[in-house]
Amino acid sequence: MGTSKAAITGVANTACGKLEGSTCLGLHAEVARGAVADAGLELGDVDGLLCAYSFTEPHPMLASVVAEYLGIQPAYSACVSAGGATGGLQVMTAKALVESGMCRHVLCLTGDNRLSGMAPGAAVAALAQFGHGQFEVPYGITIPAAYAMVARRYMHDTGLTASDLAHIAVTTRNHARRHPDAQMRKPLSHDDVMGSRVIADPLRLFDCALISDGAAGILVSAAPTGNGAEVRIVGAGQKNTHEHLISAPRDLQSFGCKFSARDAFAEAGMTTADIDVAEIYDSFTITLAIELESIGFFPKGAVGEAVSGGALDLGGSLPCNTHGGLLSFGHSGAAGGAFHVVEAVRQLRGQADDRQVPDAARAFVHGDGGVLSAHVSLILERQS
Amino acid sequence: MTDPVHALPLPTPNAESQAFWDACADGRLTLARCTACDAVQFPPQNSCTDCGGATGAPFAATGQGQVFTFTINHRAPGPAFADRAPYVIALIDLEEGPRLMMNVINCAPEDVTIGMAVRVTFEARGEMALPQAEPA
Repeated sequence: MGTSKAAITGVANTACGKLEGSTCLGLHAEVARGAVADAGLELGDVDGLLCAYSFTEPHPMLASVVAEYLGIQPAYSACVSAGGATGGLQVMTAKALVESGMCRHVLCLTGDNRLSGMAPGAAVAALAQFGHGQFEVPYGITIPAAYAMVARRYMHDTGLTASDLAHIAVTTRNHARRHPDAQMRKPLSHDDVMGSRVIADPLRLFDCALISDGAAGILVSAAPTGNGAEVRIVGAGQKNTHEHLISAPRDLQSFGCKFSARDAFAEAGMTTADIDVAEIYDSFTITLAIELESIGFFPKGAVGEAVSGGALDLGGSLPCNTHGGLLSFGHSGAAGGAFHVVEAVRQLRGQADDRQVPDAARAFVHGDGGVLSAHVSLILERQS
Repeated sequence: MTDPVHALPLPTPNAESQAFWDACADGRLTLARCTACDAVQFPPQNSCTDCGGATGAPFAATGQGQVFTFTINHRAPGPAFADRAPYVIALIDLEEGPRLMMNVINCAPEDVTIGMAVRVTFEARGEMALPQAEPA
């Protein structure tokens, strides 16, 4: 590939879970220093800063607040806010910033302590406000309920079953069990998932993402820093079709992932067959099932049989969410989708330890925000 | 005074939706067409989502529709809805085209199905009324 493509030179994540004593800004600082050190650089080398948003630090100028906390004055800083697509969108934006020559090193930070820093149930209540204030929230909508409506129709139309979805939860947990920073590392059986309490029918507890404290840092640079394997961002695409479920594509199938992935693959000059490892947004088991089919990794109606047959396992045809995803690694707001990027980079560098996909050279990463509303796809490649 | 955490949320009308909610308070469901392309616009707003044209005067909807999909929601978003759980939230496709979110009420949650015919009724909430769906 052309050497003008932006590189990911540093990554860092905190552990995920209930991090007692943590603060939103403290978590940001931990991964800021971690990502920069990973690249062999110093914070003073950073000339671009992208932050997101936080429930516990709800300042509308979070990038300025974080820069102040870190004691840096980058030449460029901004907030990126696209829900679960934020991590991917930060990287896509940083790619443009360095490829245009505007910045050399753009630090992308996401983090929140929404588990330890909020009252029980407060995060669920805050997330419900993502619904339309006049035409959804008065009906008692929640994020799981919105995805449950998508799930019921998708299952009706394609034959996907609750048992198929349970296989996704189990596979993802098995991945998380190999990651020391994952929030959920206890064994999880198919029966455990099928017997867990109903959250929003047909979705059960283990079909749903966690709520976590945690943060992620990703350094995007104009050129490799010579520290570790060279990982380039060879493709990126975005597509948003709606924000609220009432205005989603009428068939509840034609979501933006199909188009964001198409554009990313076109830029990279690749197809799904070229991908060695995939890190795809899994806010719910149904999210991953729909995205795998819409992006084209499996034909429509085939993902159920594929996942129950082990396709997403380490030795499967498409090892997927090898860190444990939002379902078992952790979900701390905007950082949730950024963990997928961090894991893809580790896989391409051969630093994924017990969960390493042998010789992984090409990774597909996808994030989605809202109710399958905002989509960003990335293709990362290790340069030989 | 009602504790806001325990009160069911009320829609907050704005200048573009006030007429819709006023009609609901009168027990009437109204929609509006684009004056340029004739598309039925929902949610109520001054410009058409399809073409950007101006939205015309409201007309009375039939209130007939079908369940496109639904969930039986067990985990309420907060204390206000906890007493109702489990409750049905559905996407209802109205005869005129628009898709609205409503609760399906006046029937057992387990009797709701995809494709089920429903009609709009109204639930009083404070001084306002919320469109809701019941079996047709």
